[in-house]
Amino acid sequence: MASLKELAKRKDLLAPGHRLCAGCGESIIVRQILLASEKPVVVANATGCLEVSSTIFPYTSWRCSYIHNAFENAAATASGIEAALKVFRKKGIMKDDFNVVAVAGDGGTYDIGLQALSGAFERNHNFVYVCLDNGAYMNTGIQRSSATPMGAWSSTTPVGKVERGKQEWRKDLVMFAVAHNVPYVANASPSHFMDLIRKAEKAFNANGPALLNVLSPCPRGWRYPQEDGIKIARLAVETNVWPLYEVENGRFKINIKPRETKPVIEWLKHQGRFRHLFKPGNEDMVEEIQRKVDYEWKKLNIFERATSEL
Amino acid sequence: MITRQVLALTGNAAVAFALKQINPDVVAAYPITPQTTIMEEFSQYVANGEVDTELVRVESEHSAMSASIGAAAAGARTITSTSSQGLALMWEELYIASGLRLPIVLVNVNRSLSAPINIHCDHSDSMGARDSGWIQIFCENAQEAYDMTIIAVKLAEDKRVRLPVMINYDGFIISHSIDRVEILSDEKVQQFIGEYKPEFSLLDRNNPVTMGAFDSLGGFYYEYKKIQCEAIDNSLQVMQEIFDSFELISHRQYRTVEKEMIDDAEIIFVIAGSFCGSIREKINEYRSRGIKTGLVKVRSFRPFPDNSYREILKNAKAVLIFDRSTTPGAKGGPLYIEILGSLYGVEKPPEVFNFIYGLGGRDLELDEIDKSLEITEKALRGEVVDRVHWISLKKKEV
Amino acid sequence: MKRWEIKKVLEREIESLPQGVTIPEAGTSENYITGTWRTFKPVIDFEKCTQCLFCFIFCPDSSIEVDNGKVVGVDLKHCKGCGICAAECPRNAISMIEEREEG
Ligand code: SF4
Ligand code: SF4
Repeated sequence: MASLKELAKRKDLLAPGHRLCAGCGESIIVRQILLASEKPVVVANATGCLEVSSTIFPYTSWRCSYIHNAFENAAATASGIEAALKVFRKKGIMKDDFNVVAVAGDGGTYDIGLQALSGAFERNHNFVYVCLDNGAYMNTGIQRSSATPMGAWSSTTPVGKVERGKQEWRKDLVMFAVAHNVPYVANASPSHFMDLIRKAEKAFNANGPALLNVLSPCPRGWRYPQEDGIKIARLAVETNVWPLYEVENGRFKINIKPRETKPVIEWLKHQGRFRHLFKPGNEDMVEEIQRKVDYEWKKLNIFERATSEL
Repeated sequence: MITRQVLALTGNAAVAFALKQINPDVVAAYPITPQTTIMEEFSQYVANGEVDTELVRVESEHSAMSASIGAAAAGARTITSTSSQGLALMWEELYIASGLRLPIVLVNVNRSLSAPINIHCDHSDSMGARDSGWIQIFCENAQEAYDMTIIAVKLAEDKRVRLPVMINYDGFIISHSIDRVEILSDEKVQQFIGEYKPEFSLLDRNNPVTMGAFDSLGGFYYEYKKIQCEAIDNSLQVMQEIFDSFELISHRQYRTVEKEMIDDAEIIFVIAGSFCGSIREKINEYRSRGIKTGLVKVRSFRPFPDNSYREILKNAKAVLIFDRSTTPGAKGGPLYIEILGSLYGVEKPPEVFNFIYGLGGRDLELDEIDKSLEITEKALRGEVVDRVHWISLKKKEV
Repeated sequence: MKRWEIKKVLEREIESLPQGVTIPEAGTSENYITGTWRTFKPVIDFEKCTQCLFCFIFCPDSSIEVDNGKVVGVDLKHCKGCGICAAECPRNAISMIEEREEG
């Protein structure tokens, strides 16, 4: 794997001048992943913050080929690009190979884009799907998605007398991908960039579809100071809220096991979207979230052991 | 010299055969009645290795058009096909394909839209997409479906056009009945369509491009729509040029508006699709009785050959427009409304009547055509009659 | 072959609009200045810097300038002053200085 120094010598495929918020996690993740590509890249991007901020005509931040089609179809669009690439290479009219990358937010992936993603996985297109998971529809103003964490405030799960933020647990995208038997699936965070870049390399080299589900800190939606994004993403890993693991041909591997797991409060307390959980009377919710994180972590460890011989 | 090879094919088999001869780079499609058999037959060509095509068996029509857009943006010659709900599910993507100026060809086998669910023909599906920026061509029989599929490729990809093209023909009546189809040789087809050279491609590593860029307030959305409208208007002339060059290889002549027995016609029938045949039969009969009737058959609905319709219809006494779809809440069917617009400002315009027929596969019986003529003749005698009529409605049996 | 000129588009020369809203050039947003968003700007103390490149890999705006694998400065035309580089620098070699202090 390339060292950071070698990566720094590569051309950044995302140019500056995009209009994502200061401190946004999305461009950090895209830069890290695309730096890992040794081939030219084609990006199919779903509607969302990244798309509206990086392609404001006639300004584009993309130094690789890029297409935005619509919200729910990044995976289907990538399927078409990959099919074209395949036929051109088959006919011998194209020598170049490309990494085909679909990029979408959690809304475009967990919710509206799930069917297209499932189809593309099942058809075994050779592409990498990147989910930038910031846990809500940030582009339209912080509405809940099925990736929004339990208890989080969002503009459609406000805190009131009866409801205390989002009432449901998040959907498990990684297990959804694993159920499709795709060769490579990983949970990653930009705070642990070497882990993410290594995973991106693996995803690019996978023989078939791959999913990178990446935690994308959002200062506006999560309500934290703009310089804290990486710190908060790191806390998600250190509290086991966002474990770093990968599933290669069905074999689970936890990439980083915190030596000392921090309590989930450490992750919650820096974010305004969880502020109400610290009001008297809501202790039960924090406890419930802790129990769920512990349970998921235990489950993940069992999966790792159970699949170790696959 | 034209060597004629004739096959007995259903409309769908004829189109599948055309697709084989076109040998597109990418086909992305999803099954729906009555389109399905096109894709079944084409899949067999793929399975036999008779084409180079990457066939993407997508999980929905929305993904069929989404993948087609990805493939076309990557520079691939791309074809898909659907019907009814499938076209409706593609709706959002239709606009994106035309806005991005991607020359995708879509074969739409006409079928009604739910509810009630009904698998039989009417034109609601394509009419629902009439503002999507696609070129829309209608066919009367399997021969035309075969020819127009080949023509569509050349038309869509023409540098002056670069727009997606939708070929429409009637479900079951054309798609599933066996008809005589004269086919061209593979070489002729390949020569005719030529090589596709896209303006931009996602797979040009030396020239990375951004497609589908965001247009903010103060951007160029408005200008781009104007450019797009001009492009589809201009495609009418290119379409006729391509029809003419197709005639040279096929000896089959096509016009953007097809007219038969028009020169002295006082009463003109206008219709799209397979029921042209019934009307033609009737017109011959009327003519033998001395009633000067004529037929206008819809070829290009989008772009709508406004001037041609005006020129053809302006001297008639009456025009009978047969619509196989409705525009609920409007004053008549889409073809009727369109033609009324074309006749605006004509000195002494003809009387124009609208006959809604054939929804959900309802037959258009020959005596119903007689009744439409009777209504028209009544009006010409000065009697007051309704403008819009639903014909072949069921009535209580007595 | 030059396929377009962004300048002409910005001057509203409608004839120069590329087909299908395509931007036929890479990275044109470099021409768009986001540096004006900043209230604090990062200043690197190269005495302290060990060239770990963390600031480079964490910058959301590709604004840490590197040359031959080494950090050499900040692209102030684009840096939005988010402060992530300063927060993540393990040597505390980056300080965020309020823009107007320099006048
Ligand atoms: S302040 Fe933010 S935008 Fe500026 S160089 Fe540092 S990380 Fe990049
Ligand atoms: S993070 Fe700090 S020490 Fe590391 S390269 Fe940047 S300025 Fe130097």
